[in-house]
Amino acid sequence: MNRLAYLVLPLTFALAACQVSSDPDLDQTGERPELPEQNDALVPAMEIPTPEGWGDELPVVPEGYTVSAIAQDLKIPRQTLVLPNGDILVAEGSGGKAPKLRPKDVIAGWIKKEGKSPVEGGDRVTLLRDEDGDGQTDLQTTFIEGLDAPYGLAFFDGTLYVANQGNLVSFEYTEGATSIAGSGTEVTKLPAKINHHWTKAMTASPDGSKLYVGIGSNSNVGERGMDVEEDRAVIWEIDRETGASRIFASGIRNPTALAFDPWNEQLWAVVNERDELGPQLVPDYLTSVREGAFYGWPYSYYGQNVDPRIKPARPDLVNKAVVPDYALGSHVAALGVDFTTDGGLGGRFAEGAFVGMHGSWNRADPSGYKVVFVPFRGGRPSGEPIDLLTGFLKDGHARGRPVGVTYDEARGVLYVADDVSNTVWRIAPRGAARRNSSGDTTQLPGDPRPPSTAPTTR
Amino acid sequence: MDRTVTNSRSFANPLHAILLAFPVALYPAALLTDITYLNTAEIQWSNFSSWLIAGADLFAGLVLASALLALFFGRARHAKGRGTLYLIVIAAMFGLGVLNAFQHARDGWHSVGTLGLVLSILCSILALIAAFVAYSTQTVEKRA
Repeated sequence: MNRLAYLVLPLTFALAACQVSSDPDLDQTGERPELPEQNDALVPAMEIPTPEGWGDELPVVPEGYTVSAIAQDLKIPRQTLVLPNGDILVAEGSGGKAPKLRPKDVIAGWIKKEGKSPVEGGDRVTLLRDEDGDGQTDLQTTFIEGLDAPYGLAFFDGTLYVANQGNLVSFEYTEGATSIAGSGTEVTKLPAKINHHWTKAMTASPDGSKLYVGIGSNSNVGERGMDVEEDRAVIWEIDRETGASRIFASGIRNPTALAFDPWNEQLWAVVNERDELGPQLVPDYLTSVREGAFYGWPYSYYGQNVDPRIKPARPDLVNKAVVPDYALGSHVAALGVDFTTDGGLGGRFAEGAFVGMHGSWNRADPSGYKVVFVPFRGGRPSGEPIDLLTGFLKDGHARGRPVGVTYDEARGVLYVADDVSNTVWRIAPRGAARRNSSGDTTQLPGDPRPPSTAPTTR
Repeated sequence: MDRTVTNSRSFANPLHAILLAFPVALYPAALLTDITYLNTAEIQWSNFSSWLIAGADLFAGLVLASALLALFFGRARHAKGRGTLYLIVIAAMFGLGVLNAFQHARDGWHSVGTLGLVLSILCSILALIAAFVAYSTQTVEKRA
């Protein structure tokens, strides 16, 4: 292998010289991102920051905020959920068993693995409990075991829903429980053939009648053939009672996190767009999801920008492709989204959406690797994203990579799952007992608290 | 005293001949699957091309290494002119083959394209030329 590398690497560098580099002046966030020319380089730009420990350091938060680890040594934490009693659930796992179709898949697999944690996915849900409201975890238990790459979590009316990579399972929950035995009840199977993009993001509608599940595409841009893309790159709407499903939106390449906004009660998704069109194509995005809308994949991106790599072309579909609402930047790999309610984290982070960005591989100048805040006004994005949690990259290494973000309404804090340092981070306004007067943060588990009137949507 | 010796042994030794057989078979096979992909847009043909080219490149690399050794230590040292020509052909075939592997690593329709087709044609031609050079049986040596 090494000798082969000596042979191939100089050639690779020579070829890599024909890649274009990023233009720092290009504004790729907001409602009208600037899109450069396509550059399908012979060797796509690749920069994989390899994992490294935090040492004594922590991620960086703005002045006036604190960050602390509330769980460590997890097994690939992805998404989190806050239960009505304040317990935090963490879905841990690693899915995807896509067969290697081309020599490229083998080589790209080796390379991308360099940027990931060597820990094996836990295939479980962990519970974190803060008993005294000091922001630290007092009790950590394995809540559900024996899952299969769980990712999306939703809770409604005493039932917990877990989206595995291949099915949606429900568990009856008793307030204060620290573990649930058994394998739950299958609500419905989820598309799982190949599972190139395996994550099944999930949220419940505010009235609890429907569950929404994001099902990513089975390829970058249809290069496994369109036969395997049936029921892929879609968001499913699932009836919570019967398990019946229908396609709610399509052409939405990889919707990795879903949430309802509290203002218009509209469904939003963060979506990972396609690779290998250059360092600044295509921007990942945050969008409200319109019922029945087609978002372009694989035939076009950001509306009607045709992708020539997919044949036969479908001008009929391109014509009806919808432009997403808000660009987050190219290759940032947004994997988490949640909205503020009731003042959020205060200051500049009072009203809007938090977005966890796992970070890029397909550009020489890494992007993402942080949590940003997209300010909203009147239920629409308004203004540039603001960095909330940074410092994940240092000297070319990744000390962590953010995934799911969950805003804890009762405590006024934000949780961020990090699947490289296997940590859950908690971000709070400094001197954060600002909600203590309401008693919410000091509530003990198992308290006979009256059932929450506001439905919990995540 | 000069004398001319007619050597009826092959220029390439049997092991080398076996190695060269792979590019000779695989590059033209990739050319055929490329053409089929361009005619059908059925992605599996492009996948076939990728593997055929990868296999051809692997053996082309071994052939190149073997040809270099042969030029200095093997039979070809008695036929430097032909050995050098052979080396140039093999090196070009290997270089273009690796380029073609990268081309075929692009996604979808871009995995072949004009560049991929041209590279597959060139690699096939070079492989056949290399075979003619290597498998012609007569070498004429002048020995001092």
